[in-house]
Amino acid sequence: MKRVALIGMPNTGKSTFFNRATGASARVGNWPGITVDLLGAKLLLAGEMVELVDLPGIYDLHGFSDDEQVVRHFLENNPVNLVVIILNATQIERQLSLALQIKQLCLPAVLLLNMADESRKFGISIDTAKMSNSLGMPVTLLSAKYGNGFQDAYQTIAQEIQHSTPIPPEKLQVLLAADDQIENDMESILGHAVQMPVQLSDKLTTRIDRLMLHPWLGLPMFFLIMYLLFQAIFILGKPLQDGVGWLLEAFKRGALEPLMAGLPTILHDLLLEGIYNGVGTVATFVPVIVLFFLFMALVEDSGYLSRAAFLMDALMAKLGLDGRSFVMILLGFGCNVPALMGTRVMRSRSLRLLTMLVIPFSLCSARLQVFVFIATAIFSPKAAPLVLFSLYLFSFAAAFITALLFKKRFQNNEPFILELPPYRFPTLRQMILRGWHEVRHFLNRASKFIIAGVVLVWLLTHFPQNVAPGSVDTWAGMIGHFMEPLLAPIGIDQHLAIALIFGFVAKEIVVGSLAVIYGLEGTALTGMMAQQLDWVQAYSFMLFTLIYTPCLSTIATIRSESKSMAFTLFAVAFPLVLAWLASLAFYQAARALGF
Amino acid sequence: MATVNLETLKPGESATIAAVHTDRALYYRLAALGFRVGKRIEVIRHGRFSGPLHVRIGATDIMLRKKEAQKIEVQTGP
Repeated sequence: MKRVALIGMPNTGKSTFFNRATGASARVGNWPGITVDLLGAKLLLAGEMVELVDLPGIYDLHGFSDDEQVVRHFLENNPVNLVVIILNATQIERQLSLALQIKQLCLPAVLLLNMADESRKFGISIDTAKMSNSLGMPVTLLSAKYGNGFQDAYQTIAQEIQHSTPIPPEKLQVLLAADDQIENDMESILGHAVQMPVQLSDKLTTRIDRLMLHPWLGLPMFFLIMYLLFQAIFILGKPLQDGVGWLLEAFKRGALEPLMAGLPTILHDLLLEGIYNGVGTVATFVPVIVLFFLFMALVEDSGYLSRAAFLMDALMAKLGLDGRSFVMILLGFGCNVPALMGTRVMRSRSLRLLTMLVIPFSLCSARLQVFVFIATAIFSPKAAPLVLFSLYLFSFAAAFITALLFKKRFQNNEPFILELPPYRFPTLRQMILRGWHEVRHFLNRASKFIIAGVVLVWLLTHFPQNVAPGSVDTWAGMIGHFMEPLLAPIGIDQHLAIALIFGFVAKEIVVGSLAVIYGLEGTALTGMMAQQLDWVQAYSFMLFTLIYTPCLSTIATIRSESKSMAFTLFAVAFPLVLAWLASLAFYQAARALGF
Repeated sequence: MATVNLETLKPGESATIAAVHTDRALYYRLAALGFRVGKRIEVIRHGRFSGPLHVRIGATDIMLRKKEAQKIEVQTGP
């Protein structure tokens, strides 16, 4: 099969093009470096199947960071029939150099000038015919976000690929040489084919930046935005969650219970009180999670992440990190795994490792479920959002303290330079795709971990058979008893020990296993928990859950990204100790103060 | 006309890039972002607590730390 590679500078819309062309759902966002890995998909072009490969964005082919190595390694080892270069038309004056580098390598190429909508707004006019002539490759305009110009692009690609022959990879390695000539070529092509207004500025972006990057208001604005977002998720998500809960309950009463009435008690209990209650309780969080990621998509696409990096860089520098580390912590609020992979844009290994060490403290959406659940069960509706926000602050605090403790061991002097892209708005289509992607991700995890987890918890809390379910005589009770010396000082009772152990695998299981442990669901479950736990115990439990290991997938990612078993073990052990100490300090202090 | 390093420019001032004194890797990265000799550069703002600089070259807004800004020589005046 013929192979087509997408190449371009970071944040020029390669993945947006890729998604539109292939129907895939690669992650997109207004942040340079959101794609850090290869992604391939098949595409039917003029009656022929071709493989389209989405590569991470690169500034040039001489890069030394891991994500740029991915591209070079790919080109040097895989024959490519056609390179599709995607550049930001608005920044053509500097991005053209990449097209010239590709041309110098004699790779058959097509140039797509993306964000044609934006560049037109700026008053930039590009004569594609002239540019195509002087470049010696076809050039077309494109707006990947709005889907304009795709027919032209497909046609051009299909035409070119018919009579192109791939360059042997070995030859490429030789050709990756000096590029002084490029400077001159660039000036001449630009002078020929592009007309730009002298003073170019996005007035709206400049105005928004004046507020967002204000010397005194910038940081308070950041926290205000965060607070409002989580408040909104809470206020909008709660009724939806209750709705799903009600539906699941009704389905159980109306359909499942009569249907399963004939089954033996053990099987009946396992299916209904184990799997259905457990998975169902987790499933009620799907609306909250979708809502969360819709907001997250809005923030990622807006271009605000780069601003957050600007605002926090001074502080992060004191912690031995940089603005990008902070952005990765923010991305980690969604899921820690892509955030860990996002550190590939860093060149210094020390900086990467230190950032990877702090990312797991990021309160991810799976932990969000646990906290929404416990906060609404134990705290008043007024206090619950504040409790949630305080946990986000603790999440930052744990990350910052850890960086401070270990910055000496992971010293680096990596330069920090970052583009501040203009503010953009995601299309409705992009947001819906993102929401759907997260639902699928949830279903995937549900089938992998959650069902197995709740079944195991059910077995542990219901066996041996002759004792009362959930009592101290069950296996779960024995484990809890064994762990008591460790958990009693931090106020976590024996019931919850099992939940914490399984939370190690995935945090969604914590919520599911609470339902199984108490053998209840919905309001009955939250009512029972409110009786069993006071707020100090509940908060201590949440603190521990926040700080200790996020999940197995995160650990596996740390292992594969760091390529070091010793570092991975450390990244698991340290948070466990920190979690215990933080909960101990909180619990004992609160009790000493008389709460 | 005097050359100074980029870090000494105040917000709102602009200048022409005269030289870039960095190692190879950083030189390429800067060049790709538009830091090329002869280009006009404008300082938009400085971050608080000796934070990074926000600069504009052509259509691109970029942030860079003071340490890197010191390595970029610019020529003031029109």
